[in-house]
Amino acid sequence: MEDTVMRATLVNAEKFVGVANGALKMAARDVRVFYGESEALHGVDLDIYENEVLAFIGPSGCGKSTFLRCLNRMNDTIDGCRVTGRIELDGEDIYDRSLDVVLLRARVGMVFQKPNPFPKSIYENIAYGPRLHGLASGRAELDDIVERSLQRAGLWEEVKDRLEQPGTGLSGGQQQRLCIARAIAVSPEVILMDEPCSALDPIATAKVEQLITELSETYTIVIVTHNMQQAARVSRRTAFFHLGNLVEVDDTTKIFTSPSDGRTEDYITGRFG
Amino acid sequence: MHNDDASAPRTDPSTQRRLVERSLARRHGAEKRFRAAGLAAVFFGLGMVALLFASILAKGVPAFWQATVVTEVYFDPEIIKVDPRPVAQPGETPAQLHEREMAWQTQLTMANWNRIIENTLAAHLPEVTDARARARLRQLVTSGERFVLRDRVIADPALIGQRLTLKLLADANVDVWLKGNIDRSLPDSQQQLAPDVRAWADQLHERGVIQMKFNTTLFGNPDSRSSLASAGLAGAFVGSLFMMAIVILLAVPVGVASAVYLEEFAPRNRFTDLIEVNINNLAAVPSIIFGLLGAAVFINWFHMPLSAPIVGGLVLSLMTLPTVIIATRSTLQAIPPSIRQAALGIGASKVQMILHHVLPLALPGILTGAIIGVAQAIGETAPLLLIGMSAFVAAVPATPFDQSTALPVQIYLWQGNELRNFFEARTSAAIIVLLGLMLSLNALAIWLRKRFEKRW
Repeated sequence: MEDTVMRATLVNAEKFVGVANGALKMAARDVRVFYGESEALHGVDLDIYENEVLAFIGPSGCGKSTFLRCLNRMNDTIDGCRVTGRIELDGEDIYDRSLDVVLLRARVGMVFQKPNPFPKSIYENIAYGPRLHGLASGRAELDDIVERSLQRAGLWEEVKDRLEQPGTGLSGGQQQRLCIARAIAVSPEVILMDEPCSALDPIATAKVEQLITELSETYTIVIVTHNMQQAARVSRRTAFFHLGNLVEVDDTTKIFTSPSDGRTEDYITGRFG
Repeated sequence: MHNDDASAPRTDPSTQRRLVERSLARRHGAEKRFRAAGLAAVFFGLGMVALLFASILAKGVPAFWQATVVTEVYFDPEIIKVDPRPVAQPGETPAQLHEREMAWQTQLTMANWNRIIENTLAAHLPEVTDARARARLRQLVTSGERFVLRDRVIADPALIGQRLTLKLLADANVDVWLKGNIDRSLPDSQQQLAPDVRAWADQLHERGVIQMKFNTTLFGNPDSRSSLASAGLAGAFVGSLFMMAIVILLAVPVGVASAVYLEEFAPRNRFTDLIEVNINNLAAVPSIIFGLLGAAVFINWFHMPLSAPIVGGLVLSLMTLPTVIIATRSTLQAIPPSIRQAALGIGASKVQMILHHVLPLALPGILTGAIIGVAQAIGETAPLLLIGMSAFVAAVPATPFDQSTALPVQIYLWQGNELRNFFEARTSAAIIVLLGLMLSLNALAIWLRKRFEKRW
């Protein structure tokens, strides 16, 4: 299994050379998040480029998940949560009144910490999004989307004979890849991943990491992780959050070898967190 | 990890072991007592339920069989002297025909049906010749049977002059006497039947003329006070069904809709807190208060009919609403947030999230809550007393706007009937029917829950 991890890392390393600076995909300016009266995020400025894998690291409660959830407005669902500042997707303000949050979430997909397939069949799990947004005209096209999504998520071979069985009957790792397949079935431009491997064993984690690397050819991926090796393996750039501040963001190699901020160094060397 | 230098008090191993062993006996003892107490509580509960069911079944089951006179009846044309049934004349309006039909029926009612019954019974007891004794023969058959005979002739006038083997319900007192529900050794002054009538009942019972037949009148007839043996609970049953339908159609959708709104859409603020507190308060309001409300609002204000299932249904709906809302809300709260996030994260709108994911998952719980609420409403008596549903109603309601009683009210009414030794069994039989209805509803709830339950 270490082989796979190794290979994934190598593939990634090659790609760092391949992908120079893509176009700007998302931009955050002075983003502050309040839960009631308390400010959880103190003015974050961050750029996200097309087809990059950007990792958010930092100790628990540092605001990295909170910031991630701002990017597709999942924070809207939390009572008493307020976001200020400006976040742009392709130059459009995503908190603008004229922007429909449903459209935003179709463009910015999300994969959650705990695998959360719908208690429906594997097929229905994937087909739900495309059907919702009217992406397929007819059963054949839908079948095609389901197959391609599962193939991209590397799950097709494992489940092609049991598409009608419940998605909840799969193993944890398979469920998480099913959730990734579900996210890419609506062809988003950006995929947000909130600690996607924290509930998985090392083998399943390796598979998901490999998948992330492959997906970054097509999608822009932002991943929150507690696992610094994971950040090092999959991401091109890494952002370090601490106590609600974005401390620094830079190339992953630079963050892990010569960070410019002392707090980053303390964290990655295990002095706190 | 770094507290090697901490001077924690240490107990030497042998003392430690002795101390733990000593406390162990005490802990095991406590555990045993706790389990024994729990088991005793379970057995106590089961025992009480068993006692309840045993006493109801022992009393009620005999009421499902009733003393019936199986005999040939001669529709004597000498006694039933009527004109031929009116037929439509040319140039006659339907109203005129109806009027003549009614006159004909009145004429038929005036016939001496008692004499027919008397003759029928005298045929089995030819030794009874005295006119007064012959009149007493009629006490064997319940008084309502003459109208049953009349109705047969109305339905088919060709019966006049024919002989037909029929089942005539015996009088309630005969049923009591033959079932042994009255002490046979009591002196005549305390018996409900004259000595010769008692003797005839025994004779006819021995000869198989009076038989214990399955009691269809109990299920087919409305209540009766003049002919006690023909009292049935059909009116109450249909009344209860109407109210159940109204509760299901009204309380369940309104309750589920309010719960979904409060749980999924309403902002959390003082106002919604107030609503929540008041829903919980409403669930704790004694049911008789709802009856007062129904009498004041639906009857006094809206002038709805008294004793009607529509009012009963509305009152019971109000009473059930909090139960349905609370059950639905707690079910919705139990739906994992991960499913909601999954749906929202893929771009479902809030309504789509609720309709496609939350409600299907919540359905078993909502159904269970709703059915328990409905079952509770069906068994409710107090509010119905206040809106006039404890009135004596001798007809099966055809619509929810007709006068009617309800099953629990019927039980209450029969329980208070003067002919104790006949109606004690009838009361228990009605309880069995009500319990049967409740148990089927609960079984339905369990079946629905199993049917729609999904695991994740």
